[in-house]
Amino acid sequence: MTTLNLPSYLDQTDQVKKRFDALKKRDVILDVKKISKKFDSPQGEVEAIKEISFQTHKREFVCVIGPSGCGKSTLIRMLAGLETPSGGEVLLDGKPVSGPGPDRGMVFQGYTLFPWLTVKRNVMFGLEMSGRSKKNAESEARDWIDLVGLSKFENAYPHQLSGGMKQRVAIARALANRPRILLMDEPFGALDAQTRTKMQSNLLDIWKNIDITILFITHDLDEAIFLADRILVLKAHPGEVNEVIEVPVPHPRSPEQMITPEFLATKKRLEELIHEPEEDVPMNLTLMTDKSDSVD
Amino acid sequence: MPSSQKNVKPWFAVREPLSQKRATCLTFLSFLMPILIWSAFSYLPFLWHPKVEITQPGSVTWLQPGTLIDKAIFKEQQILAEKNNTALPEGKPANPVYLPAPHEVVVAFYTAFTTEPKRRSEQWLHESLWHSVTIVFWGFFISTLIGVPLGILCGTYSVFNKLFEPFIEFFRYLPAPAFGALAVAILGIYDGPKIAIIFIGTFFQQVLVVANTTRKLDIALLEAALTLGAKNINLLFRVVIPGILPNLFKDLRILLGWAWTYLIVAELIGTSSGITWFITQQARYKNFENVFAAIIMIGIIGLLSDLILATMGKRLFAWENSRGKIA
Ligand SMILES: Nc1ncnc2c1ncn2[C@@H]1O[C@H](COP(=O)(O)OP(=O)(O)OP(=O)(O)O)[C@@H](O)[C@H]1O
Ligand SMILES: [Mg+2]
Repeated sequence: MTTLNLPSYLDQTDQVKKRFDALKKRDVILDVKKISKKFDSPQGEVEAIKEISFQTHKREFVCVIGPSGCGKSTLIRMLAGLETPSGGEVLLDGKPVSGPGPDRGMVFQGYTLFPWLTVKRNVMFGLEMSGRSKKNAESEARDWIDLVGLSKFENAYPHQLSGGMKQRVAIARALANRPRILLMDEPFGALDAQTRTKMQSNLLDIWKNIDITILFITHDLDEAIFLADRILVLKAHPGEVNEVIEVPVPHPRSPEQMITPEFLATKKRLEELIHEPEEDVPMNLTLMTDKSDSVD
Repeated sequence: MPSSQKNVKPWFAVREPLSQKRATCLTFLSFLMPILIWSAFSYLPFLWHPKVEITQPGSVTWLQPGTLIDKAIFKEQQILAEKNNTALPEGKPANPVYLPAPHEVVVAFYTAFTTEPKRRSEQWLHESLWHSVTIVFWGFFISTLIGVPLGILCGTYSVFNKLFEPFIEFFRYLPAPAFGALAVAILGIYDGPKIAIIFIGTFFQQVLVVANTTRKLDIALLEAALTLGAKNINLLFRVVIPGILPNLFKDLRILLGWAWTYLIVAELIGTSSGITWFITQQARYKNFENVFAAIIMIGIIGLLSDLILATMGKRLFAWENSRGKIA
């Protein structure tokens, strides 16, 4: 293996630096203050999240990455209000949140479209909950469905859609409520590689065009670097912030950037951070085939 | 390998669906097999046939044409007649009266409807059948009216779960027929106690089954609804209920079958009535072909109503089963 001569992931071009300076001056949308979460389990108390603090600025795209089981889902569920923190607090626009609400949209890893509703009625759901008239909700839902490019399928039922289309509807459904922040928990995790890449570009396009801040959980390093302004790297047991990385890859993003030095440098750094030494249990291999069949 | 490319699917493959043709074939066979066995026992004289039906009494005075007697006794009488040099009794192998042949039952399917009741107070078959259907309907309907909402509440809110389910769990082990006498004392001797027995037999199971089905709704759907701003009553009516409907419908189909099994007990309480009454009466008169016809009729009514409900379910919940993909 050749070692590439990579720049430091901390190096930022002027353009990127300027972007971050501007970002940091914007309003804080989500302010997470030392939240922790303990679960009771038969083996005693488990500390899933320990004193995590961070802020997201308006229209920022933040990715959270970390080894499996480090508490990513727990974190985002607390932000959504689906789980109550054991300590600390979450502020949205400066006001503490308690319980789930339409001001924080959520897209889940599994498919959570209501299977008994058509695409259109799914997107209308939140609008109707907020007391809109059916007519009003319908025309608005159409706009959102159009935005994710599924106008042809507005009367289809979820089971008729492919995985990627389902998640697009889920995004439209969450956005239709005009949330302050969109929380996404590995939304593309179940999609095949090609669809996933397409969905990532689609998501960036949507993000660019509407006033939305996004917090996105993934365990895919490429996905995190491709999407994020900043990456929150968690470590496990207990889940804590390991490092916050300002992604030095300039905008607008395109898949071709995945082989640029700054992209690779960031990826290398992420790999170092995520790498878990305790998982490297060596295998115990003996040769179980004829010498003549050797693959070397 | 240059073996034939023909792709013949095995008959026995774990959890693999059969081809349409094979499936239809087997369904047909599942009905045909018992009928064939029944026919064999009825029409093949060397199979079983423990009795002899007398065709010629001969010299045996106490025999008449048509009498059924045991084979052994018939033999004795023949030997006796032979010894005395009197006319031999003649007969052919026959089955006991309680096993009528298929064609007799088929005929009874028609004649049972046209047989006039022996006594004035008795009902025609179609009246009996209809009476039974109404009893099952009312018992099941009242049970569903209360049981389904209660079950959904128990499955949705822990308060209702803890408040009702422990007692219901206890009560469902009490055999419904045990309440027969009590039901008669309270509700009189006519249809009231019968409906009550069906109700008791169905209701407690129903609450628990529906509650369980409600609890099986994917919690992620509720969480999604919460993040979309749904609250309380909207969660119940816009998510829980539509979400469980297909499974609820399936539950009700199964429970309706249970309700029918309680019918037999219910109709023996107070004044006997309905199809059960018809069956006991006909058995008393030894019209076993009518008994068989009536039993099969109950089966057919059950099967048909279930088929209708199943088709209805498929129509209503098209969003659930179909595998069709647009993209
Ligand atoms: N309801 C719960 N009760 C008890 N323990 C829980 C509960 N939810 C999560 N945990 C524990 O908390 C830890 C973090 O779980 P979480 O699902 O948040 O991890 P994750 O980073 O999202 O993992 P993955 O990469 O598999 O999605 C795990 O050890 C898990 O077992
Ligand atoms: Mg997770």
